[in-house]
Amino acid sequence: MAEAKAIDGRSLVRRRAGLRLWLSASWLGLLCLVALFAPWIAPKDPLAQDLFLGRLPPFWMPGAEPGYLLGTDSLGRDVLSRIVHGARVALAVALIAGTITCLIGATLGLLAGFLRGWVDMIISRMIDIWMAFPPVLFSILLIAVLGPGLVSIIIAIVVIDWTRFARVVRAEAMAQGAMDYVASARVAGRGRPGTMVREILPNVLPTIVVLLTLEMGIAVIVEAILSFVNLSISTDDPTWGGMISEGRTSVHQAWWVLVFPLVTLFLTVLAFSQLGEGLKDRFDPVLR
Amino acid sequence: MADLYSIEALRLSLADMTAKPLFGAAPHIEILRGLSFTIPRGAVVGIVGGSGSGKSTLGRALVRLLEPSGGAIRFDGTDITHLPEAALRPLRRRFQMIFQDPMSSLNPRHRVATIIAEPLRLHGFDAIPDRVARALDHVGLPAHFASRYPHELSGGQRQRVGIARAIALEPDFILADEIVSGLDVSSQAQVLNLLERLVGDLGLTLAFISHDLSVIRRLCQRTIVLHRGEIVEDRPTADLFADPQAAYTRELLEAIPLPDPAQVWT
Repeated sequence: MAEAKAIDGRSLVRRRAGLRLWLSASWLGLLCLVALFAPWIAPKDPLAQDLFLGRLPPFWMPGAEPGYLLGTDSLGRDVLSRIVHGARVALAVALIAGTITCLIGATLGLLAGFLRGWVDMIISRMIDIWMAFPPVLFSILLIAVLGPGLVSIIIAIVVIDWTRFARVVRAEAMAQGAMDYVASARVAGRGRPGTMVREILPNVLPTIVVLLTLEMGIAVIVEAILSFVNLSISTDDPTWGGMISEGRTSVHQAWWVLVFPLVTLFLTVLAFSQLGEGLKDRFDPVLR
Repeated sequence: MADLYSIEALRLSLADMTAKPLFGAAPHIEILRGLSFTIPRGAVVGIVGGSGSGKSTLGRALVRLLEPSGGAIRFDGTDITHLPEAALRPLRRRFQMIFQDPMSSLNPRHRVATIIAEPLRLHGFDAIPDRVARALDHVGLPAHFASRYPHELSGGQRQRVGIARAIALEPDFILADEIVSGLDVSSQAQVLNLLERLVGDLGLTLAFISHDLSVIRRLCQRTIVLHRGEIVEDRPTADLFADPQAAYTRELLEAIPLPDPAQVWT
């Protein structure tokens, strides 16, 4: 039996976590492929309007038109094609904004938590001040100043959300810094930068990975919220948030315009958060 | 025999953060109040005292994890009292430490091989895999343990890894800070046997910190008794046990549970 080789019951726990990792990774992998090859995958031009084909229902309902699998919106644009193209913006924001936020926030948090002293003083006060701003208003204000566009959204997310990483990583680095293995590294003659990178970082990394995937999900939501209030990229380009906002006005006549992008958004955010947990369960040698 | 360590009027005070006023600096508490003693090369010295006596602080000052606020620590002729970290680094190989809690002192995300090899790499040793294997062999751990993580080891095995990491650097001096107090009695005995053997084989100088006099009696030729940051006694262990001078030493000795079948239970 394979189980008998394991030292204890860890393998059992790990196997259950595998499904979570598998499902979330395949959804996100699929989404990445769809986003990359959107022009080839999308059955229609996402911007092509045809007022004669407005508010067509999805394929299984009476009155559906072949070729419009998930129906059309009030301007006759294909919902599926718009979701497929919307994945590009959503994933670009998730990956780029998530990664930059993580790098900046985690680095500042690690420095504050490990070095303590005046470095911690400055970074902690910055976090306190930052967190006093209401995030949604802050992002709307930022976009209003920077002007709409993909880069502005990414900047807004990074500027607002780095505190999320900094706070958690700082606390974790502080707890790890009090462990004897840090003192032991010093006895062994390791300098402080080396100790931070080689000793503390591997112990904080699982937390960072979970936060990173959570942040990617949050970035998708933030982009949707900004699209919803019309502050995302130009209104022509399809975004999930923009579709939800447009679908909202005609939800009684054509629910599918609202529901399909909403479900896609929901599944994507869920997949990101589950991916982090799944990765941690699978690859962390120390199962806590 | 030359003295490896000579300590003169060592003082150390730390900020008392619990008593820190809202504004201004925290008051300092003096933890070590002028200690003077020497550790000759090859000696095994026990340092005992109750909790709060300053024995761990003294240990951490000896390996310069803490900087003394007064007095002097000379290691093999070099004054290391206030030496900055950069100047201290080449010397660090020569005084090593084994920690009380091996779970906390071994990085949970490094394998045993890395834990032992990293200090060697930092000090530019050659043939590192050989040295790691030899260190594991010295402490009686099988070679395949090298690829294990600390959480896959028992308490006694973890403490052996801690010892292996210290001896791999071929230090002149090892500080053992309460290294058996977290272990069960049979692991304690094994680790003490191991330490005794290593001291003989490798010609180590050892300072052994403990609150347990029965452990000290077994291992150390000389014992320093600390009480409230001061040395109350510093004598050969046999003399100390036969005829304790200070009242505090007598208290500590009386705290050792002794088998006494004739005791009358009332």
